[in-house]
Amino acid sequence: MATEVRIPTIMRNLTDGAKAVEGSGSTLGELIDDLDSRHPGLGAKLVDGGKLRRFVNVYLNDEDVRFLGGIEAPVADGDTVTVLPAVAGGMR
Amino acid sequence: MLRINREIRDRIVAHARRDHPDEACGIVAGPLGSDRPERFVEMANAERSPTFYRFDSLEQLKVWREMDDRDEEPVVIYHSHTATEAYPSRTDISYASEPNAHYVLVSTRDPEAGPDAIEFRSFRILDGEVAEEPVEVVDAY
Repeated sequence: MATEVRIPTIMRNLTDGAKAVEGSGSTLGELIDDLDSRHPGLGAKLVDGGKLRRFVNVYLNDEDVRFLGGIEAPVADGDTVTVLPAVAGGMR
Repeated sequence: MLRINREIRDRIVAHARRDHPDEACGIVAGPLGSDRPERFVEMANAERSPTFYRFDSLEQLKVWREMDDRDEEPVVIYHSHTATEAYPSRTDISYASEPNAHYVLVSTRDPEAGPDAIEFRSFRILDGEVAEEPVEVVDAY
């Protein structure tokens, strides 16, 4: 059993073009480490200095993981994790 | 080049005007690979700021899932600048994350400008490089 992770277009160069990959771990951080071991570079796109990058949104099922404990958020088999780059900017 | 329906162009401009002095933002979805902006989706600016915008994360998830279900992609990602020109800022360039999108910038700094005179410009942003492109406003695709 595993957790499905949906990958945005801009990161699919790290997953051989795959829209979704599978990984395992009991927390989001462990899951990301597991993914990074098979898709090197993916971890650094999501995490910086032990925290989720500010301009990447990571969702566990329908929730923003920032409200669930960030990389400490517990994940379970059958969960779906979705990664979307934040859409942001502005004149400054 | 960005080809965009006049009605959708006018809705983007109207949204930018309505939210002024805050920055307005949204997308226009279209069928995957079509490069045709068809479905206008106004987004909330979670920052509610005159100098910054960010899509609300949960609204973004909902809208991105809808696009997935409909085999669409964000053909246009738009936002407004409220006091500066309609040109991508350093912030815009560093956060641009949809390589296939036309990044549309509208400036609402001139409150008198009508829909055809308002600054409405389109850019491709890829790996930190900005390329402006012509905008063709059409009555139908």
